[in-house]
Amino acid sequence: MRYDLQIIASWITPGARVLDLGCGAGDLLSHLIREKGIAGSGIEIDEAKVAEGLTRGLSVVHGDINEEVRDYPDQAFDDVILSQTLQQVYDPARLIREMLRVGRRGIVSFPNFAHYGVRAQLFFRGQAPVSRELPYQWHDTPNIRVIAIKDFRRFCKASGFTILRETAIRTPHHQETGRVSAFLPNLLATYGIFLLGRTAPPHP
Amino acid sequence: MSEYVDQDSPGGSVGLVEKKFFTFAAPPHPLIVESGLSIGPVTLAYETYGALSPQKDNAVLVLHALTGDSHAAGYYDASDPKPGWWDSMIGPGKGIDTGALFVICANVLGGCMGSTGPASINPATGAPYGLEFPVVTIGDMVAAQKALVDHLGIPGLLAVVGGSMGGMQVLEWSVRYPDMVRGAVSLASTTKHSALAIAFNEVARQAIMADPNWRNGDYYSHPEKPDTGLAVARMIGHITYLSDEAMRAKFDRRLQNRCDISFNFEADFQVESYLRHQGKKFVDRFDANSFLYVTKAADYFNLENAHGGGSAVSAFAKAKCAYLVVSFTSDWLYPTYQSKAMVQAMKKNGLDVSFVEIKADWGHDAFLLQNPRLSAILSRFLQRMLTAARGDPMETDRA
Repeated sequence: MRYDLQIIASWITPGARVLDLGCGAGDLLSHLIREKGIAGSGIEIDEAKVAEGLTRGLSVVHGDINEEVRDYPDQAFDDVILSQTLQQVYDPARLIREMLRVGRRGIVSFPNFAHYGVRAQLFFRGQAPVSRELPYQWHDTPNIRVIAIKDFRRFCKASGFTILRETAIRTPHHQETGRVSAFLPNLLATYGIFLLGRTAPPHP
Repeated sequence: MSEYVDQDSPGGSVGLVEKKFFTFAAPPHPLIVESGLSIGPVTLAYETYGALSPQKDNAVLVLHALTGDSHAAGYYDASDPKPGWWDSMIGPGKGIDTGALFVICANVLGGCMGSTGPASINPATGAPYGLEFPVVTIGDMVAAQKALVDHLGIPGLLAVVGGSMGGMQVLEWSVRYPDMVRGAVSLASTTKHSALAIAFNEVARQAIMADPNWRNGDYYSHPEKPDTGLAVARMIGHITYLSDEAMRAKFDRRLQNRCDISFNFEADFQVESYLRHQGKKFVDRFDANSFLYVTKAADYFNLENAHGGGSAVSAFAKAKCAYLVVSFTSDWLYPTYQSKAMVQAMKKNGLDVSFVEIKADWGHDAFLLQNPRLSAILSRFLQRMLTAARGDPMETDRA
């Protein structure tokens, strides 16, 4: 399993109710059900991936995450995961607010656009960066935004999301192994992973 | 739904099967139907495939669509040209695996393939019921099936599975008898007919009732039956089961057995010839009054009104099962938005729900056609239900 998913899995408590937004073929959910005995559901827009998830014995709803997440009751889940999809979301604040309505906590991960490799491509080659984490040319990308770890922290503060936990990782050789990047994460990490909670109501 | 579909399918056949009959609700304890009228005795024709486990925890009830019957799989006789209507899905190693599951399929109440319907003899008069038969609903059909399941000594169903009007019965089962259903599979179905679906059914009924041989439903003693009306009704149905794409691929504007148009009213086009053929074939196996009753039941079906005071969310609040909902892209009779609406109501109740819209060009009929993706999804869902029923820990396959 991808290293970023291993980190996310380590944050999930056994037996939790988990919703994975953009669950793909269900790699993470299958892992969590097997290893942590969670009760999991996923939402996925691609029919073939939905079918693959269903044939692995998962509960998956075929549809758009922005719409489908709205139908769940408040606090239906413990953890709601948005893994490497934030860069494709039109209204991130609204989606994360929904995540924190239907779940107690939200887990958001994304490729870090401020990584030095990305910076170097733009600086030295004068071209839009193309990296292993963001492997698209400017004209054929599904991504509608790029995110730096630093930007995301600021966004959380402005939007009233509490960062309960934050891990930046480097995955230097392939995606299955990596290490935590505590030193200068915004410069050195390829991915940022955040555990979010709702801001506690202000004390009088 | 269309005529039986012939196609080779992987997996084995259930082999030779036998139609059985269960009779209940004999006077003085008739079945009271939703309209308040009563009927009795009631007979259901049914078939079973596979073996019931000693724990009786592997029973799957398959519900047929508008013009289907109890003969879902296998052959009555080795010389039968065609197997049952869902033979591509039911059998050893197939989507509904009779190697592990006990499958039951009964002809609906009001039908004409062995279950009590308008063509049956009314014990009070000694003549066929005709229009004396009470109008029945999807709920009445399900209540009758419940009596059969009880009779078979099955305390709970592992799953109820059906497409189109069979899907309506699935949904009805799940909220009417929530403690008896572990998994519910609705294929190409709806919680209520759209005006469009009612409109087509009404035109089909009018075709039958406009046939002078219909005689207000009292045609059983006459040699001429309302065959023309019933054939036209079937032709209308067939149009709604296909799609623009399917018709273009299958017929386009190709001519039937001729090089040029005829300048008369023969069946010039292949599509005309096909519909006429389907209509003619249908009258040999179906009763015109039954068609009126069964289409009316489908039109009356309104799960949210019957069980939720007008709210689908309230209706599904009664359910306890896991749902698998499937729609098909080119189905314009029960379009995807109708499946999505039920999925939304299920989610709002925190129910375990899976949904997929399968890309298929064949219109509403897609649910009956062999589809490896659908078979795999259904098979795994039923396997998951069985695992849960037997209290095994949750398991999923490794990537």
